[in-house]
Amino acid sequence: MDTEVLVAGFLAAAVRVATPLVLAATGETITERSGVINLGLEGTMLAGALAATLGATAWGPWSGVACAIVAGMLLAAVFALLAVGARADQIITGTAITLAAFGLTGTIYRQAYGSGGAGLTIPTLKSLAIPGLSQIPVLGSALFDQPAPTYLALLAMPIVWWVLFRTRLGLALRATGEGAAMARAAGVRTNLIRSGATVVGGGFAGLAGASLVLAQVGSFTEGMTAGRGYVAIAIVVLGRWHPGGIALGALLFGVATALQFLLQTLGLDAPYQLFLMLPYLLTLFALAGAVGRVRAPADLGR
Amino acid sequence: MKALGWAVAAVTLGLAVLFAGLKGAGFDAEAGLGALWLGAFGSWDAFTSSTLVRAVPLILIGLGISVAFRGGALNIGAEGQFYAGAIAATWVGLHLAGRPAPIAIGALLLAAAIAGLCWVAVPVWLKLRFGVIEVISTLLLNFVAVSLVSFMVQGPLQERGRIYPQSEAIAETARLPLLPGSRLHAGFVLAVAGGLVLWFLFAKTLWGFRLRVVGMGPRAAEVSGRIDSQRVSAMALLLSGAIAGLAGGVEVSGVSYALFQNLSPGYGFTGIAVALLGGLHPLGVVIAGILFGALEAGAGAMQRDAGVPAVAVYVVEAVVIIVALLATVPRGGGWTGLRAVVRKRIAPGKAAG
Repeated sequence: MDTEVLVAGFLAAAVRVATPLVLAATGETITERSGVINLGLEGTMLAGALAATLGATAWGPWSGVACAIVAGMLLAAVFALLAVGARADQIITGTAITLAAFGLTGTIYRQAYGSGGAGLTIPTLKSLAIPGLSQIPVLGSALFDQPAPTYLALLAMPIVWWVLFRTRLGLALRATGEGAAMARAAGVRTNLIRSGATVVGGGFAGLAGASLVLAQVGSFTEGMTAGRGYVAIAIVVLGRWHPGGIALGALLFGVATALQFLLQTLGLDAPYQLFLMLPYLLTLFALAGAVGRVRAPADLGR
Repeated sequence: MKALGWAVAAVTLGLAVLFAGLKGAGFDAEAGLGALWLGAFGSWDAFTSSTLVRAVPLILIGLGISVAFRGGALNIGAEGQFYAGAIAATWVGLHLAGRPAPIAIGALLLAAAIAGLCWVAVPVWLKLRFGVIEVISTLLLNFVAVSLVSFMVQGPLQERGRIYPQSEAIAETARLPLLPGSRLHAGFVLAVAGGLVLWFLFAKTLWGFRLRVVGMGPRAAEVSGRIDSQRVSAMALLLSGAIAGLAGGVEVSGVSYALFQNLSPGYGFTGIAVALLGGLHPLGVVIAGILFGALEAGAGAMQRDAGVPAVAVYVVEAVVIIVALLATVPRGGGWTGLRAVVRKRIAPGKAAG
């Protein structure tokens, strides 16, 4: 019984860590399938997190979610204007967007809450147990007794898969990513597709930021995404640009992160920093194993 | 000359955005920009002890990044390489008491450069062996490096009292000499000399030529010039990592004299901006590094004296990068492309995907 509780808690923590990553990586998959790599994801998540904090404080948690999505889409639109419209280098534009978001969120946060805003409490999204499903031993509480963003992520997975692989729009989007020139010759409005995919991806990143603040951490701190946006991009590669693979990749990262809580509970006396490194090293390791057998969209980054 | 014009335009626009943003957010924008200026250039002491001291790591990292970018390798991991260099430099610096200064400093800086090189050797290997793109691998290793520093200053390298998360101070002889009456250290000379050496390498040697060819088009380089572009790219990444590691060593040996967490306030990322603003030209990077050093030195003064959050300057840096980027976008892009988007009048086939 005791082990069951421990394992259930471990899995629930892994899913909680994985949720924002799944959301951000799902959005980035849409973007990358159209041939755009958005390194501004880190900053977009951060902007989403702050927008969620401000929105939730003013009008409640669900307005926070809406604000985060809008903020993510706005920032992604700026990226699209520069990287798709003006054809500026995507990697560098993304870095600049992240830098700008870092500065903007820090400034706005201090303006809104003063420099001592750390003790800030905001209305959060509480766990919602799904009747029946949450009663399944071990797995039930991990997957079906979570705050709403986890269910949104579970829902987004099949929908995004269906749109990408079973609709004309998805075909046009993937064609744009594989060969923009040919897609254009076939009558696809590639710049529109790419901008659209980028903005939708930004919306997902904003939602991921909201999930981080409202369903995981419970407050905003400067630079709180701490590299999660970049990790999401690595997970897209790890998940082979496929919604299902991404969920697995994010879960791997979640498990590696949750491992440190578990081992601390077990009282294992190892330096905690080694566990902080573990998710990143594991992702790197998995990339080395996974990448050789897959191919990125041919026109990615061009 | 044209590049200089763009750089001035970029910085002016960046500051204008900052001014408007601060005004809009209800800060005292005039006082903020005034404090920024005074903190960066207001006195000889501000210029040498703040601006130039802050510029040294930015110049060095910017130089390292420009080597990689010129060779077509996107090194986003300078932050990690900087930390690797700082760890090695501290470790060596703690064991050098009593050695003559030139040997001590030389050993420390060499260790730092080697550590940076080793840190980037992992992504190089992953790229050559498994095809993992360096953008992702160098980035992921940044987080590993940050945790490694945290481990070091609370573990093997922690000060003797075992209270503070920092190392003991390195040996006196391993410290870089200072300009009398200021905190400016000899690392500045090293950074400028590095710029000159790289300029010579880029402009006057076969290696520099190959690097440029590969950066412009690896396939063309292989077909027409019989250049092994993978090898050239790998060399560029390794050199770039070594320079970023050296920057970490210089910071320890010239400024902090010890290792602690958050030794770098994001130098590895700002260095990308410096490299780009400098047009990947070594001498341009030196100037851009001083400029960004001034911005960051001024940012501290802005927060202290005018109550404006220092992080606001990141917005200026972002605007500067974007303008510099748009200035260098190839045909069909840049402002023409942007205008085309705004007017929604993109002729099919013209704006090539």
